[in-house]
Amino acid sequence: MSSFELHAENISKVFGRRLIFKDVDFSCKNNGIYGISGPNGSGKSTFLKIISGIISPTKGKVTHSFDGKVVESEHLHNFLGFVAPYVILYDEFSAVENIHFFSKIRGINFTQEKFDFLFQHFGLFDRKDDLVKGYSSGMKQRLKYIFALIHSPKILFFDEPTSNLDNSGKEKVYQTINEESQNNIVIIASNEDSDLAVCSTVLELKNYKIAPKSENK
Amino acid sequence: MSSYALFKKDLASELRTRYAINSLVMFIVVTISVILFSIGNEKISDFLSGGLFWVVIFFSAMSGLSRAFVSEEERGTTLTLQLIASPTTIFSGKLLFNLILVFAMNIIIALLYSALFDSFVLKNLSLFLYAFVLGNIGIAIASTLIASIIAKASSKGTLYPVLSFPILLPLMLTLIDLTKQAMDGTTFESGYIELAVLGCYDIVMIAASFLLFDFIWKD
Repeated sequence: MSSFELHAENISKVFGRRLIFKDVDFSCKNNGIYGISGPNGSGKSTFLKIISGIISPTKGKVTHSFDGKVVESEHLHNFLGFVAPYVILYDEFSAVENIHFFSKIRGINFTQEKFDFLFQHFGLFDRKDDLVKGYSSGMKQRLKYIFALIHSPKILFFDEPTSNLDNSGKEKVYQTINEESQNNIVIIASNEDSDLAVCSTVLELKNYKIAPKSENK
Repeated sequence: MSSYALFKKDLASELRTRYAINSLVMFIVVTISVILFSIGNEKISDFLSGGLFWVVIFFSAMSGLSRAFVSEEERGTTLTLQLIASPTTIFSGKLLFNLILVFAMNIIIALLYSALFDSFVLKNLSLFLYAFVLGNIGIAIASTLIASIIAKASSKGTLYPVLSFPILLPLMLTLIDLTKQAMDGTTFESGYIELAVLGCYDIVMIAASFLLFDFIWKD
């Protein structure tokens, strides 16, 4: 099991004069599925970007640690996987080339076995050599999961995880979430009931604060 | 190695999309043609000829070098890069790409310029070559850093040359001076101070870039 920990203390975010949230605390460790819900514009995506270290909070501190040692921001990208509508892959490359380039840039070995498994699992194996610009939005969403999982991350962030997916795609995603959550942390931001139903803990961002919504499991 | 992998990704992307190459080649051809037509049969001074050479290089750099970051921002792939590499890796990879682009672009400009302008005669080639190499490195570093700053702005096209001008001005003035010295045929030793200025400029820019890029990239 992963010994990854995430602690966010008193984080606030302001864009210009607009307060998104204030003095929010959030912690998770080892494994499990955490859901973040909230009305449109409540700051779910911003919250996810902050706790994943992509953007800085206006106030507060986010700490990631692995095996008891703090992960420096320089190395954080190797520990996290991220799927969101605003994560865009390179259209001019094929799916294989995209994943190949990403693996090389990350400095990880390109594992053919895992690569084949993920492409088979997400149903893109037969189209893996096609340029991404020829993919449908659902196929692009499936490819984002391969992008997020190829380097075996310890913490996964899924913003609107089932957007653009058909029923079989959604099933694959829920299966992946359940499997990954056995050993890793999975954090989902969504308003879809079916997405939140797989979460063990659901928190709601509302009125600039985060609070437990319900216990689903 | 990660920086080299990013460079290879950018090179492969550039060869497929021709984001920067096409605009650079067109800009070089058009600028040199305009200068040629405007001079006509007039004989221009050596100093003016050397100055115009660096003016062509400056504006060509402004037309192509911002693409390193602007193309990522326009395609929406900036976040993807953040998810796969550290800021140091990203800056190193982009800088490597811009260095290759600047050298390729400026060698083409130098060859075209030498062939088309009779007044552009270099009597001290080694002095010019040292200035050319140090100058290209300085242009690439400064342009890459400024490109990362302006990539998120709404009026990138205007902001890039405006922001670059004061930063590249000391470099350009030194390069124009050294080119004049090389055309006059002065000794290599007499250009030592200017070459040292170029070397210091490159060192300061590279140090500042790696110190600042983390902040520019994250927010």
